Amino acid sequence: MQTLTYEFPAERPAARRAHVGVVGSGDLEVLIIPADGAARVRVRTSVDGFDTVWRVVLERFFARHPVAGNYELNDFGATPGVVTLRLRQAIEESGP
Amino acid sequence: MTAPDWEALLGRTSFIELDARARAGALLDDGTARELCGPFDHLDSPWLEPQGVVPQSDDGVVVVRGRLDGRPAVAIAIEQAFQGGGIGEVSGVKIASALSLATRDNRDGIPTSAVLLLESGGVRLQEANLGLATVAEVCSAVLELRAHQPVIGVIAGALGCFGGMSIAAGLCTRLIMTAEGRLGLNGPEVIESEAGLAEFDASDRTLIWSIDGGAQRVRTALADALVLDDVGALRSAVIEAVRQGVPGEHRSQRIGELRARVEAVDPAHPPEPSGLAAPAKGAPPEGDG
Repeated sequence: MQTLTYEFPAERPAARRAHVGVVGSGDLEVLIIPADGAARVRVRTSVDGFDTVWRVVLERFFARHPVAGNYELNDFGATPGVVTLRLRQAIEESGP
Repeated sequence: MTAPDWEALLGRTSFIELDARARAGALLDDGTARELCGPFDHLDSPWLEPQGVVPQSDDGVVVVRGRLDGRPAVAIAIEQAFQGGGIGEVSGVKIASALSLATRDNRDGIPTSAVLLLESGGVRLQEANLGLATVAEVCSAVLELRAHQPVIGVIAGALGCFGGMSIAAGLCTRLIMTAEGRLGLNGPEVIESEAGLAEFDASDRTLIWSIDGGAQRVRTALADALVLDDVGALRSAVIEAVRQGVPGEHRSQRIGELRARVEAVDPAHPPEPSGLAAPAKGAPPEGDG
């Protein structure tokens, strides 16, 4: 497994904390803990060597949804599509 | 469940398709659920990451305090998608502590019952001995609580309940299963790899369900109720099981009956699953197989 950290500019604060998903095959767990200033993301993934793919997927997501907070992603081999869906679900739950 | 009730089958809300958190919430009364030691408390396993396994923020066990039919209850659900429902040090202690707190409630005059949602492959191998130790703690916590209030086990599927947690299931006051659920001390693949294909073919699903499946377990009185995979039906069954209260003698105490059953089997000529004796006493209505 690999632990990756990223930070993206994000100005909209998360209204509340959120938790979605499960660390199961092809899925991931996303936690959002409200914090100001930026989207700080820690990814723990079971699949090594996809640093660049993670960066691109997250960059694209936070460009569209600049929600600030501490993001914890525990991943068990989710595809980029599933990652994006789970993130959208999580910010929906953390929204006003 | 005597004949397939198609209306009920088509109109149902599947319980099996829910994750552990949703299962626990669905059983308790609306608006009463409050999760203890949830994901934001970060009680994840300290043993998985050093072994290259991604942990989950609740370590795969969801503990929800609430009310069941207006009475205080705690629902404890194992998440089957995380590590095959494997029990580790943290997840096991969460279960044991929740049961112990319910016992403390009872000693303080609050009649808290417990529902265990058991989808587990057993002890998590990465935490071997610690996992085994916590299963022992879970078992003794079940024994303590069941003297005060019912501890109801639910095996809805699709994973089933095997290994250490199947022992806890055996100690439950009452056990509710669906036809999709399975219960066994050793899982089919473990039996096949230890004793060979001739002993148990883990790819033969009909064989597996004819022995470990909910219908067979209820027919042979190792479980008490066979319920349709439906949120409403399971909740009603759990409420009914709690309402029946604490029995004079638990299934696990009827050693003579259990021993007689084992002795009736000749290992040289094992019976067909359908030929296994229904118990002498307290025979439940036949499952539909």
